[in-house]
Amino acid sequence: MEFVAPVLNYTLLSPMLILLGGALIGVLVEAFVSKALRPITQLSITLGSLVLALVQVWRIRNEQSMTAAMGSVIIDGPAVLMQASIIIISIISVFLIADTEHFTALAAALPGSDEERHALQTGNQVTEVYPLTLFAVAGMLLFPISSDLITLFVALEMLSLPLYLMAGLSRRRRLASQEAALKYFLLGAFSSAFFLFGAAFLYGYSSSITFAGIRNAVVGGAGNDVFLLIGIAFLSVGLLFKVGAFPFHAWSPDVYQGAPTPVTAFMAAATKVAAFGAMLRIFYTSFANAQWSWSPMLVVIAIVTMLFGSLVAIAQRDVKRMLAYSSIAHAGFLLSGVIALNKAGLEASIFYLFAYGVATVGGFAIVTLVRDSAGEVTDLNRWKGLGKRSPWVATAFAIFLLSFAGIPLTSGFIGKFAIFSAAYENGATSVVIAGVLSSAIAAFFYIRVIVLMFFTDPVEDGTSVEIPSGLTSIAVIFSLVITIALGVFPAPVLNFISDLATFIR
Amino acid sequence: MNSLTLLMLLPIIGSIAVAATPKANETLTKQVALATTVVVAVATIAMAVNFERDNVDLQFVEKYSWIPSFGINFALGIDGMALVLILMSTVLAPIVVLAGWNEAHGGRWSVKVFYVLILVLETMMIGVFAATDVFLFYVIFEAMLIPVYFLIGGYGTGQRSAAAVKFLIYSLFGGLLMLASIIALHVMSGNQGGHTFDLAALSQLQMSSTTQNFLFLGFFIAFAIKAPLWPLHTWLPDAAESATPGTSVLLLGVLDKVGTFGMIRYCLTLFPDASKTFTPMILVLAVISIVYGAFLAIGQRDLKRLIAFTSISHFGFITMGIFAMTSQGHSGAVLYMFNHGFSTAALFLVGGWMISRRGSSTIADFGGLQRVTPVMAWSFFLAGMSSLALPGMSSFVSEFLVLVGTFTRYPVHAVIATFGIVLAALYILIPVQKALHGPTTPGNENLSDLNLREKIAIAPVIAIIIALGFYPAPLLKVINPASAHVIAQMGFTDPAPTNGDK
Repeated sequence: MEFVAPVLNYTLLSPMLILLGGALIGVLVEAFVSKALRPITQLSITLGSLVLALVQVWRIRNEQSMTAAMGSVIIDGPAVLMQASIIIISIISVFLIADTEHFTALAAALPGSDEERHALQTGNQVTEVYPLTLFAVAGMLLFPISSDLITLFVALEMLSLPLYLMAGLSRRRRLASQEAALKYFLLGAFSSAFFLFGAAFLYGYSSSITFAGIRNAVVGGAGNDVFLLIGIAFLSVGLLFKVGAFPFHAWSPDVYQGAPTPVTAFMAAATKVAAFGAMLRIFYTSFANAQWSWSPMLVVIAIVTMLFGSLVAIAQRDVKRMLAYSSIAHAGFLLSGVIALNKAGLEASIFYLFAYGVATVGGFAIVTLVRDSAGEVTDLNRWKGLGKRSPWVATAFAIFLLSFAGIPLTSGFIGKFAIFSAAYENGATSVVIAGVLSSAIAAFFYIRVIVLMFFTDPVEDGTSVEIPSGLTSIAVIFSLVITIALGVFPAPVLNFISDLATFIR
Repeated sequence: MNSLTLLMLLPIIGSIAVAATPKANETLTKQVALATTVVVAVATIAMAVNFERDNVDLQFVEKYSWIPSFGINFALGIDGMALVLILMSTVLAPIVVLAGWNEAHGGRWSVKVFYVLILVLETMMIGVFAATDVFLFYVIFEAMLIPVYFLIGGYGTGQRSAAAVKFLIYSLFGGLLMLASIIALHVMSGNQGGHTFDLAALSQLQMSSTTQNFLFLGFFIAFAIKAPLWPLHTWLPDAAESATPGTSVLLLGVLDKVGTFGMIRYCLTLFPDASKTFTPMILVLAVISIVYGAFLAIGQRDLKRLIAFTSISHFGFITMGIFAMTSQGHSGAVLYMFNHGFSTAALFLVGGWMISRRGSSTIADFGGLQRVTPVMAWSFFLAGMSSLALPGMSSFVSEFLVLVGTFTRYPVHAVIATFGIVLAALYILIPVQKALHGPTTPGNENLSDLNLREKIAIAPVIAIIIALGFYPAPLLKVINPASAHVIAQMGFTDPAPTNGDK
């Protein structure tokens, strides 16, 4: 057998290669640079490679290619948009991650052990979270551009494994953090198994692992439909797990709560873009012609997810858990973009993902600021009167909440309008009605938080608001500006998305 | 011409100026706010003078592209009805600022925040009546809730945060139903020749009667919550009880008018057939509102809640006038909106002064105010007379037009509604008697009468009420062509008046 050297288009792959390179350098830095210089070196490398990757994405924005990596990835408009969204969200998240206060000094040490205490006392803080972040981002960039099931699976694991670790790095309440990491890992492994099982069935159906091959088989209609249905169902389980849709959502509240808040922000925002990116690609291209096989299933899941997330969020007393359930509801809203199956749906989904991701990072950034002597305060009852003590922090949080609730003049409203219009256009009236109803339910608990912050008198229990560090302020201001700008003048971004958002097949 | 945009910008500029005033100098803050609202009022009056009364087309039209990919424009334009309501809003604003000079002091936040919220709200009040793009209207309709929410929750009294939340949740729920209808309109317009939100273009859409009925309900329920119509009114008494008098004036006088305005501008224009289908049901609700609001007003012990219930009764009249589908009924309804704004303002402002002096809003705590504070008592009396539509007061003209307009087509409804007038006499005269007349209740002997600022604030309101009671023609000449136009567009002609001689 003759050996064919792989032909790679390095320009098109450069965003991922830059990040992987940065991550490897980060590992070396971790080993060889002195502890005093490590944090700043790591931060510069991480931010530098993310910005460089973003520049590269911008430069290839008009490229289209199916052969960039021997047919394993597709570079097209949606790919560029997803990658750009992921990188921008990651950059904002890194500003939060840079606050080492949140992370355990020595992740390898047992919780509460002498070793851990010693590492903390001597200031021997390890900074492995930076390279882990870069590895995860690289995986996220690969996920929505994969064009066969194997690459898709590799990307899935590549983004998941660092996230499992990062979830366990919290400095406070380490046991809860480790429990979250373990839970995430076990359930994630379980869902990966489903994903592979589905991939096998799809291979059995179409004798191909590429999206194009599956699409041809679906269009041709010659294969065994049972295999196709089982394949779609199991593959969906894997993807729905990642986006946190009902009934595969069970991990998300615990993991959101247990993980260090900057990691939660990163995970909630960026993973969603990546997972929905992949989901949109595979459903819009490979499975488009089998719409009647999967659409009813997704309609039911979307409706149940929206209503479940909104209803359960009402009962939450912890701000991180509340945001977790709210993100479940948002996963339901985003599924209506998948159901829409038209160009408007794709554009709306991309806009929604970006708007939601940015607001989510901003929201969690605020959560990191509200602290007492023992770390973050996530009990909502202790957020009472925040508007009195720190009006700007409370106002910023209120604006993010209003965006989640879809109040006009915030990005969330434009996103919601766009995505529901697209779903309605495809005749999914039930999804739109359920979406509107659950928005009304969701508005209730967002407003309750605003009431707590502004209309309730503060309790004297030592809860204080940290004066935001420079980097956290940048993250909050950045998210705030994007959230409002996309709500008031969304036209440039919508036009940009509209010009690019067409999948090539 | 972009005079409407300029008019909308003025309060925003004012709010920036207010925000820039030093925190220690509260008087300056108030003066800047007052000056801004006066300038806006004068500008609106100048605009009204330039308005061509007999021209039924939209005037002062302007249009800028906002979100082209969805076909959304920043489009403004006013007809006679919109002009009258904008005029009402901008004239009320300086009165509210002047009358409630010290209202902001009991708040959670600084005086500056109060006036910034008021001025931002004023911009939105102009925009919501002037918008001719359905999406723009919706955006302002929803965004308006936020300043009002903070005004009630931050500066009100009693159970203010609960009332604010109730107000917001009711309104958001209605707004989201409307959003579903707007999404459907958006998609339908896309299928029929390109996405647009232009009101005129959307009114040409072809849709099945079932679709039209559902979309109508989406809009109507949102407006009926706002207006508020029985049985969707339950948020209003709480909100009015908790809000400061000034906020209540803006809430009941202006914001709630967006509901009845929307019924005409959006429900009737966009869904004429569905409007006809639902007319019998809506008229019944309107009549129930009239009688129910009046009965509950009689039973109230709290002055602010009483005024809120009288408004529910009055909004019943307005809704009945709108859906009677006659030009008198329509003109009467629009004039009613204007008059109700001023008579409610008079009631709330004078009532607010009485409450702040006495330190209680229970009607039984007052008594014999006529002797102690004659000017205040007379002002309240006149405001009350306007509310019960005494001939010679502006409300009489509009109430009469509504009843006449309704009677020609729906005599039974009109007759039942007439009982509302009788009940109105009760709900006004009982508190007037208890609060103003009789022996002075102990504790009231030393109440002070209205000061100069308060007199200046209330004088124009009472002057307008009486002037329009005797000579409503200037307003009716602006309203009538617009009303006749709407009725003609709906395909109705006024029934010939009948009389008993035939």
